[in-house]
Amino acid sequence: MNDETKAQRFVALCMLGLVLFNFPILALFNVPGTLLGVPVLYAYLFIAWAALIALMALVANR
Amino acid sequence: MLQGPVIILAAFAYLGLLFAIAFYADKRADAGRPVIANAYVYSLSLAVYATAWTFYGSVGRAASDGVGFLPIYIGPTLMIALWWVVMRKILRISKQNRITSLADFVASRYGKSAAIGGLVTVIAVIGILPYISLQLKAVSASFEILVQYPSITMPEPDGTLHIFFNDTPFWIALILAAFTIAFGTRHLDAAEHHQGMVAAIAFESLVKLLAFLAVGVFVTFGLYNGFGDLFGRAAAEPRLAAMLTPLEGVAGGYASWVWLTILSMMAIMFLPRQFQVTVIENLDERHLSKAIWLFPLYMLAINVFVLPIAFGGLLHLPAGVDADTFVLTLPMAEKQEALALLVFIGGLSAATGMVIVETIALSTMVCNDLLMPVLLRMKRLRLNEQPDLTGLLLGIRRGAIVLILLLGYLYFKLAGEAYALVSIGLISFAAVAQFAPVVLGGIFWKGGTRRGAIAALLAGFAVWFYTLLLPALARSGWLPLGLLEHGPFGIELLKPLALFGLSGLDQITHAMIWSMIANIGAYVGVSLSAAPSAEEHRQASVFVDVFRQSPETGGARFWRGTASAPDLYNVLARFIGSAGAEESFREYAASRGLRWPQDRLEADAALVHHAERQLAGALGAASARVMIASVVKEEALSIGEVREILDEASQVVLYSHRLEQKSRELEAATAELRGANERLTELDRLKDDFVSTITHELRTPLTSIRAFTQILLENPDVEQEQRARFLGIITKETERLTRLINQVLDLSRIESGRAEWHESSVDMREVVADTVTGMSRVFEERNISVEVSLPEGVQRVKADVDRMIQVMLNLLSNAAKFCRGRIEIALSEQAGALRVDVRDNGPGIDPADQKVVFDKFRQASDSLAAKPQGSGLGLHISRQIVEHFGGRMWVESAPGHGACFSFTLPT
Repeated sequence: MNDETKAQRFVALCMLGLVLFNFPILALFNVPGTLLGVPVLYAYLFIAWAALIALMALVANR
Repeated sequence: MLQGPVIILAAFAYLGLLFAIAFYADKRADAGRPVIANAYVYSLSLAVYATAWTFYGSVGRAASDGVGFLPIYIGPTLMIALWWVVMRKILRISKQNRITSLADFVASRYGKSAAIGGLVTVIAVIGILPYISLQLKAVSASFEILVQYPSITMPEPDGTLHIFFNDTPFWIALILAAFTIAFGTRHLDAAEHHQGMVAAIAFESLVKLLAFLAVGVFVTFGLYNGFGDLFGRAAAEPRLAAMLTPLEGVAGGYASWVWLTILSMMAIMFLPRQFQVTVIENLDERHLSKAIWLFPLYMLAINVFVLPIAFGGLLHLPAGVDADTFVLTLPMAEKQEALALLVFIGGLSAATGMVIVETIALSTMVCNDLLMPVLLRMKRLRLNEQPDLTGLLLGIRRGAIVLILLLGYLYFKLAGEAYALVSIGLISFAAVAQFAPVVLGGIFWKGGTRRGAIAALLAGFAVWFYTLLLPALARSGWLPLGLLEHGPFGIELLKPLALFGLSGLDQITHAMIWSMIANIGAYVGVSLSAAPSAEEHRQASVFVDVFRQSPETGGARFWRGTASAPDLYNVLARFIGSAGAEESFREYAASRGLRWPQDRLEADAALVHHAERQLAGALGAASARVMIASVVKEEALSIGEVREILDEASQVVLYSHRLEQKSRELEAATAELRGANERLTELDRLKDDFVSTITHELRTPLTSIRAFTQILLENPDVEQEQRARFLGIITKETERLTRLINQVLDLSRIESGRAEWHESSVDMREVVADTVTGMSRVFEERNISVEVSLPEGVQRVKADVDRMIQVMLNLLSNAAKFCRGRIEIALSEQAGALRVDVRDNGPGIDPADQKVVFDKFRQASDSLAAKPQGSGLGLHISRQIVEHFGGRMWVESAPGHGACFSFTLPT
């Protein structure tokens, strides 16, 4: 993969992150309730964050 | 066991260990075997981002805001996703121009202006002071609390300035200063690399992570039964339940969340210490691609237990315990002495790491970008005549380190004690965010000018000072509170916390909105209002087009003037020492294929540029420019000339692109020609083979015919019986000759495309039946049983009947030749095709021969002892015929189990 494609993938990941960690997506998870005992918002933030890092690792290692 | 002396001893033992690591890494670096030259150490050193703020402050923030601490770590993750685009460019620029600090970078971009370098330095130093005070506060608070063990008492702010020598933070500041001086200013490195420091920082990152995870695991799984239990109990408490969906309640809500994200995106790039470890200390650009995910992973790991510890503290500890200290007080309350000490060491790691790198970065800036340009311009000091200035440079840096730490202490005394850790740190974040427009604009937009950058920095800094620093001082009682409540001189519109009436936002969001409007507005507005100078124009192109230049020609092509090599050598020797200067000159000479000092060096543009780059590594771009200008006579280039050079360069680039395109096309054409030539050669070889084979094939029967006719001619009295046998052989051989010639003619017609094809709808069942009937005499003679399976109603195919009979005859006579008394013929229908199989029970065909039996004159010769009969053309012609009608012919066989020749024809 050339540098240009890689750069575009990283920019797209940044955009994805900006959407995931922003209003209104964030508001969807800002509700009472738990996921495996952990409040939904906390669980969402950490899972989405970990997924984003995994994608970054994937693009970086291509 | 946790008395004062024990704690102090542990702290010093830890600092000693760090020093040993640094010393070892420096020794290895000197020996040319660096320990830090890998992506893992690089990633860990980036984690200097996690300071006492993270270690103690995040829990404090979480205890009041829930997830409000997270944008500080999610923001950098998002920014790092852009590093492949942004940071790679900054790295490349910095390496090519030997940038030594953030101030140097900005100064260098805007025409190597000393004024900008100085301005950036001042903003960075003032802006970072709150951040340094935060570290002092955290370390001293953790110490004072730990000393009280087993009781848990919060230290009282005394708010006095006069008891310096009884004050813990004061001593901590001095110890840290001494430690930093020992770390960072032992000697002067031309590239500003501090490998020992980086190794120690990476180690500290491990320690603080482990300490924090240890507390997290202890609280979550020791005090409670996992995450579910902990959050369940928190939800049961009415005062905590509201925090579990916390984003609505917090001041500013989502707006505050977004601005904190943006703020920390900038902080990860422009905090002086982050710039130091990411850019200046980087040894290899390729380490970046691993750090891009490893460093965010580190941030994720150190944040997983923040909320559990915060809720654990709120549930477990009595009211009145400062949430910023939960990490320490929870183990203390549970009488976990070792864990408490580990936490203290972890917090010390976080704080010392930050202070060391930050003050080294700031002291470099103060020395290179603030003081040296001024000192060098002061003619009275006669610095230009000093033989060796390395001592002076080191002295300035050491002084700056002490001064910065004492100023940090002063800020702590003046304003820090009233604020929580995170609030203090955010003030610094907002200050360094002011660098974002001039740096990011500077590397992507050539239009940004020196005046624009100065205006942007001044405007942004002024708004920051007014909306964040003044209120902090006023709240601590050093300015009248009326300033905040009613505005200066009672003008409500100018209230620092609600400028121009903008209210309802939290303090940071408010300050960021106004400062960014002022900053970016001034940058763009002023940049566009006046044309740049020649120097600015050329630096803009050096920065923005960095990926299109070679490092050596980057700046050299703009220089015109006269200089002397010994003068340049002396300047270098003064600032980087004579050993460094010699090394540098030798390297330069070697790159030109010369030997120095034996050969004389031409003091041309390239040498001047080389010397300036070397000097910039020690002094910063602005000072290096002043020094070089003092020994060379330079002819200033006009803006027109610079433009011309740039245009010329872009023309050259364009031409070379076109040239590359042409040469690529040429290569493609050459490859094609070569391919055609190879095919022709191959055909030529085949033709030769063909001719020689056919001659051979013709000669064999001719020879035997000639031999037998000669016998008959010379011996008229041959017995009747013998004569009949000889004549039989002669007839047979002539038949073979005729067949061979017919086949050759047939083949040449087919191959040249002159064969006549009479296409019609053919019933293959008839073809098979006719052929078998035609050959029945042969089968009977050789005692072969033939089994034919012709299913009713198979589809007809488009083909030539005579040709199909020719193919079948060929396959059957072939089978008859090799079989051992049995032939099976089967007709079947496949998807869209009719299939004919001719199976014999002969010796079979060797796998190696299976591929070649269809070639001209190729026979599976080793299947029989003698050469088999036939021309070796039959199968080849049959396959040509089948393929002509869009079908396929192949053979399947295992030696000893007969062979099966099959072909298909499309229906």
